[in-house]
Amino acid sequence: MGLLDFFTKRRDSANIAKDRLQIILAHERQLNSAPFVEDLRKDLIAVISKYVKIDPSRIDVKLERDSHFEVLEINIPLH
Amino acid sequence: MGKVITITSGKGGVGKSTTSANIALGLALAGKKCVAIDLDIGLRNLDMILGLENRIVYDVVNIVENAAKINQALIRDKRTENLYLIAAAQTRDKSAVKPEQIVKLTQDLKEEFDYIILDSPAGIEGGFKNAMIPADEVFIVTTPEISSIRDADRVVGILEANEKKNIKLIINRVNPLLIKNGDMLSKDDVLQILGIPLIGIVPEDKNIISYTNMGEPSVLHKDSPSGKAYFNIVRRILGDNVEFTEIKEDKKGFLQTLFSFFKD
Repeated sequence: MGLLDFFTKRRDSANIAKDRLQIILAHERQLNSAPFVEDLRKDLIAVISKYVKIDPSRIDVKLERDSHFEVLEINIPLH
Repeated sequence: MGKVITITSGKGGVGKSTTSANIALGLALAGKKCVAIDLDIGLRNLDMILGLENRIVYDVVNIVENAAKINQALIRDKRTENLYLIAAAQTRDKSAVKPEQIVKLTQDLKEEFDYIILDSPAGIEGGFKNAMIPADEVFIVTTPEISSIRDADRVVGILEANEKKNIKLIINRVNPLLIKNGDMLSKDDVLQILGIPLIGIVPEDKNIISYTNMGEPSVLHKDSPSGKAYFNIVRRILGDNVEFTEIKEDKKGFLQTLFSFFKD
């Protein structure tokens, strides 16, 4: 271990694992609680591609649940 | 009236059967009448971990197919009269058993036993459902590694979708030195990510390999780090308020650290 490594704070791999898990699990929990979201996303891509050029990876479909209401949020950035 | 505790994990190889063996034997040693059922049909293993592999005549598939009476398939432990095993079938597959049949079997066993420990197979398919549906309580075993935690979260989702609300977490193979160096998720990290209550933390214990070699679960070795951890789980099941202490490195670990420091 060099002197420089000692003073520059290395980011712990455990912290990286924690961040990665929290992001992927938030995504997967949503997918599993509303499995239709993924199908809807695929259908939207197919329909919209017929009319305008889009980047499928940037289409975002989200179902937000609150104790009072549900919001289906669809984001389709155009080129 | 007995209680059904299912031990599951999602990911394979995280210590489900070892955990099942220790909890079942630990409860039996604490005076509770206990039966462990291996539901990993086709991949029988709990019998060897408990050291009872030479006594099997009938298995769980024989019971549900009415080829054997429950009493014929109950294998009594050598060390305590409180523990019995029902082995998995070795020549069949998961489809040989349906969840309703295990529900019926556990209902019958509840009349006679205080605890019924179901050792679930890995995965989230049919075999897992056989173990999940009859559960009064579910313990999810995870190690502090990403694959295991991710799969555990998936299992929690499925359990909640099936109205199973009594879910608790066992964190297995915790290595304090790695946590200290920032290379392993800590107990608090895992709890924060999964959001389910803890029932046990089991340290990584090299002795477990030899205990398994001998068919003697850790709870028979009361001074071993894993044996102590499993006994704490047993006490919590029985309602004792046992504090969760951070797992510390042992003295040897400290000296090894010191030597490796000089070697570097």
